[in-house]
Amino acid sequence: MKLLVFVKQVPATEHVKMDDNTGTMIRTDVDAIVNPLDLHAIEEALRVKEQATGEVDITVASMGPPNAADAVREAIAMGCDNGVLISGREFAGSDTWATAYTLAGAARALGPFDLIFCGERATDGETGQVGPMVGAMMQIPILTYVSRIELQDADTLFAHRAIEGGHEVVRCPLPALASVVKEINEPRLPTLAGKIRARHTEIPVLAAEAIEADPTCLGLNGSPTRVVKILYPKLTRSGEVLSTETTALEDCVDRLIAFLRSAQVL
Amino acid sequence: MIEGVWVLGEERNGTVHPVSYELLAWGRGLAEKLGARLTCVILGQSSLSDAKELVYRGADRVVLVSHERLSTFRVDSHTRVLTELIERYKPEVLLAAATTMGRTVMPALAATLHTGLTADCTELDIDEEKGLLLQTRPAIGGNVLATITTPRHRPQMATVRPKSKRPLPRDPSRQGDLIQETFEQEDFTSRVVRVAFELDETSEGSIQDADIVVAGGRGFKNAKGFADVSEVARRLGAAVGASRAVVDQGWASYAHQIGLSGKSVTPKLSMALGISGSPNHLAGMASSEVIVAVNKDPEANIFKVADFGIVGDLADVIPVLLERLDHLNAVAPKESLPE
Repeated sequence: MKLLVFVKQVPATEHVKMDDNTGTMIRTDVDAIVNPLDLHAIEEALRVKEQATGEVDITVASMGPPNAADAVREAIAMGCDNGVLISGREFAGSDTWATAYTLAGAARALGPFDLIFCGERATDGETGQVGPMVGAMMQIPILTYVSRIELQDADTLFAHRAIEGGHEVVRCPLPALASVVKEINEPRLPTLAGKIRARHTEIPVLAAEAIEADPTCLGLNGSPTRVVKILYPKLTRSGEVLSTETTALEDCVDRLIAFLRSAQVL
Repeated sequence: MIEGVWVLGEERNGTVHPVSYELLAWGRGLAEKLGARLTCVILGQSSLSDAKELVYRGADRVVLVSHERLSTFRVDSHTRVLTELIERYKPEVLLAAATTMGRTVMPALAATLHTGLTADCTELDIDEEKGLLLQTRPAIGGNVLATITTPRHRPQMATVRPKSKRPLPRDPSRQGDLIQETFEQEDFTSRVVRVAFELDETSEGSIQDADIVVAGGRGFKNAKGFADVSEVARRLGAAVGASRAVVDQGWASYAHQIGLSGKSVTPKLSMALGISGSPNHLAGMASSEVIVAVNKDPEANIFKVADFGIVGDLADVIPVLLERLDHLNAVAPKESLPE
């Protein structure tokens, strides 16, 4: 059985800067981590491997600049068998569609895989779109919001989906793509031995020709969407603000209560 | 006339879900700016009277696809049917709610149709010169707002958060068209099928349905301090909300998280305690009717959306606030207020 996990490297902090001209993120000088939800995707693949009776091979893949290899190495340190970096100037500026196109191409080039895992969304873009888009482009069943999986046999998967009002249990044939939520498991920490192995593992780089991509579908040029404006939020209300430094504490609270009553919410 | 704006209505347990009316409120203004019609497409078991209700809430036309196998969302059949309808009618714009269904079927559709999709828009407008949909959403950890267009691919697709806009008032004098589309039986097949549903009564609703939300942020310093939020909420009959930082710290569960990465709320009153007001958070609560805030930083963003604010330390303000609310509840039952 072959598993693939997609991971994304994201800034460790929320306070990243934007390039006002291109509308893209300035990635230099910020600590980078593996997107937290992707750790759950890695963990789930590792659990499938541990519980399987047959041989399971886990590949981890990340699309990003050269230093995104660190994210791939972290996944290997956690226990993934091998990893690749999908990297090249031609991929720069990809929106979710172009990213999904690239990842689907990589999955075909590296596969076939029985099951593809990814995190439900990344903390930087917060779109949650890339996973289901990859599934649709590969024409395999898409499972989103997955909070539990159970492999019945080599061909059938049962999954719990955390949706409005409860959990839906679905059945689907493999291959399939699952985007996971954090309830699915507790990710393990990399072991020292794993870290050493990861440091010595070569991370091959896949470029556009390796995934047989149509160059017009890659990067900024291949992206259907364009960022046309970046602005700092327009904040509209301008209510009365009292300070406990200049107004007595009790008066501040009384005025708040009076305000709530005049607004008929109390 | 161009085909105009489509919104993807939603059913829950065989009835039209109110998020469909919110989508119509989003779509109405866009359709008018484009001089085009507003269509609601809905898959499932909706009836003629459901379709009329969608018209009363702003639709010019309803496209219905009724089949028992569409009564629960199944990604394959929904994607297949919607792809065919979009290729048939060629709408300029397609909007859906950022529910688990919308967030699954819209990416699948955008991938299949080769077009752009913008998630969780907080503002939608039309560029009057080019006629393009301007899709604005918080970006990059929610610290800025990005406006995104889809210049050449169609439809221009976007999702909006549930509860991010109020439905239009019901207008029973509105007239609209109803089209019932039929499909082949094999179009309703799906590789992913539901075998069970485990109802979780605590998983939905409370913060999104509450009239008052009291939300706390990092200003509480620790889980013990955060318990004060529940104390204030209990006295106001309010639901407890939390910022992302608080949920990340484990002081509150994800079900309480407000913001782009959590839930959107539009209560009558939002009280923000110790919340600085990142765009991520504001995206989830800025359309509350009344917003009050307490924060020790006078420069905090939250004051810019607040109708009333107190700059002060929570440790000072909360005890006085609790005492005043206790006093109010003791002297007058809530029903007899306001004076």
